[in-house]
Amino acid sequence: MPDTQDKDLRVDEQVLSPAGPEEPDSNFITQVLRVVVSLAVPVVAIVLLWWSGTVLLNEDANRLLVVFVALIIGVLGVFAMYYAMDWLVNRLPERYRDHVLPFVFVGPALVVLSVFLVYPTIVTFKLSFQDRNGENFVGFDNYVDVFTDPGTLEALRNSFLWVIIVPALAVGIGLAFAVLSDKLGSKGEAFSKSFIFMPMAISFVGASIVWRFVYNFRPEGFGEQIGILNGFWTAIGNEPIAWLLQEPWNNFFLMVILVWLQVGFAMVILSAGIKGVPNEIIEAARIDGANEFKVFWRIIIPSISSTLVVVLTTIVITVWKVFDIVFVMTSGEFGTSVVAERMVTEFFTFGNDGKGAALAVILLVAIIPLMFLNVSRFKAQEAQR
Amino acid sequence: MTTAAETGAHVSSSQEEPGFWARVFHLWPVKLVILIIVIVWIIPTLGVLISSFRTPDAVNTSGWWTVFSNLGSNEWTLANYSNVLTSEGFGNSFLNSLSVTIPATVMPITIAAFAAYGFAWMKFPGRQWLFVGVVALLVIPLQMALIPLLRLYTTVNLNGTFPAVWLAHTGFGLPLAIYLLRNYIGSLPSSMMESAEIDGASHFQTFTKLVVPLSVPVLASFAIFQFLWVWNDLLIALVFLGGEPDVRVITLALNNLNGSRGQAWHLLTAGAFITMALPLVVFLSLQRYFVRGLTAGSVKG
Repeated sequence: MPDTQDKDLRVDEQVLSPAGPEEPDSNFITQVLRVVVSLAVPVVAIVLLWWSGTVLLNEDANRLLVVFVALIIGVLGVFAMYYAMDWLVNRLPERYRDHVLPFVFVGPALVVLSVFLVYPTIVTFKLSFQDRNGENFVGFDNYVDVFTDPGTLEALRNSFLWVIIVPALAVGIGLAFAVLSDKLGSKGEAFSKSFIFMPMAISFVGASIVWRFVYNFRPEGFGEQIGILNGFWTAIGNEPIAWLLQEPWNNFFLMVILVWLQVGFAMVILSAGIKGVPNEIIEAARIDGANEFKVFWRIIIPSISSTLVVVLTTIVITVWKVFDIVFVMTSGEFGTSVVAERMVTEFFTFGNDGKGAALAVILLVAIIPLMFLNVSRFKAQEAQR
Repeated sequence: MTTAAETGAHVSSSQEEPGFWARVFHLWPVKLVILIIVIVWIIPTLGVLISSFRTPDAVNTSGWWTVFSNLGSNEWTLANYSNVLTSEGFGNSFLNSLSVTIPATVMPITIAAFAAYGFAWMKFPGRQWLFVGVVALLVIPLQMALIPLLRLYTTVNLNGTFPAVWLAHTGFGLPLAIYLLRNYIGSLPSSMMESAEIDGASHFQTFTKLVVPLSVPVLASFAIFQFLWVWNDLLIALVFLGGEPDVRVITLALNNLNGSRGQAWHLLTAGAFITMALPLVVFLSLQRYFVRGLTAGSVKG
């Protein structure tokens, strides 16, 4: 343990220490060289990819060939370009070399990030203050629109319900399962867990189809029910129900899908946390006469509280950005729209770039505090690894 | 983890050697609850799996659960799968998904590995701030990038091509990749790096001969996370690639089938299972890395 701590301290010190070799102050040539080596790899790669994707594809080339070319460029080509840049920089006069070389390594990543994340984010912010075609400045009109239009208000209300209900259920069930399966033998535990965990590998679209089948509905007199929920419901003597049309309950039926997908994640992480609680403490409590419920509430829960926070925030972020499930199941109709789905609808269906951008900004702003919490937690967790 | 599980099991089970029935009924309320949750969890998937092998007629006239009462009937078929793969175009879409996923997984790893090494072991002005900036980018949901990137792609004529999606996924995957790899590569012993330097190795040699081989576990974790992320993605493929049969990915094919033939359950179930097949194989064979990748994924925006 002390060993790892020392190691991590060292890493942090190293990051925090002032930059290494003496900077040749305002050396114009060094700066230019840095920009050039940063740009070289991504620009050449993008041009080659563009060529492989558009030119080859337009000539009806074999698609597998295009993919093969892309793989060559994407793996070997990119690597070779890094190699070439390294070779070239090493031919530079010594007073430039050490100052330019780091940018051979980090430069391309910075350029890609700038083009695909930084630039779009700035433009989206700008668009959110412009009209639907991005032509005129309209101030906060789009935001006012978002918070007054019944359609987006409904999406905000539903998203709010989603981020409360789904994480609560997923963490509740996941925690219960982790605690209970912990009492089984290790084989039974691993076996039962893998069934709960498996949905994590399934796409939101696939899961949506799976659950549309569960919720399948046929009006009475139009044949036997083939959805298992109505099959069960009618077997116990009820009329069949069109589950996905029952406002506002249909929102809950959509949430069930995400709960089904996320419980496995909550369970695996929480289970690891529970196993980290020292056995001596639990045994000591039992000897002092604590029953299992007391052990759970007074010892296990407090010990894994930070893990609980990470799992909750992670699921909240996932839920907040959920798009696919609503898009596939109901297209946001019947009172089921959510913010991330509404953003795509405003942008593509209604062609309102300004409002779509405003919704995207709202998605981002709400996430920021949670994400910083998660990153700091993840850092602490990595430090213990 | 295994040892912890074993000791845990030891403590909770009684000390003397119990008989067979005693063992089966030991902790029966716990086992019952677990059994119920497991059954509830697999029923939806089981229904899809069974229905995908039944004839259209059987799927439409009786619930899939009735197969258990007449197992001998000859309502079984593979025709749903061959139909979906050929006439509904899922075979083509499966290839498209592979074409999207493999480069979109490999490209960010290459770029991120170089950057992670640079951030961890090279000295340059602004290193700390640039790395903080990269970590801050984790926060950006991909919805923020959709509109501007679509406009950008339209001007350079990249819309609806594979490179458009590769590059988008590379950009969105990079912050997490750099963050993960930087944490890992930065924790390699500095004495090792120093001796490599003393032996006259250049940064490039240290990176390729020493750092990359040592980083295989974390590279695998990220690769699996990114692979599943890209394979299961609908939004990026929908926006930048579109629904043309020659480029559409498998999640989009399933979504389109759902839209056009929403009641053809024999096809929908087979289609759903085809989309799940590869992720499930990855999940079952690489579970260990998978869990780590998922945990790490909790910081992706």
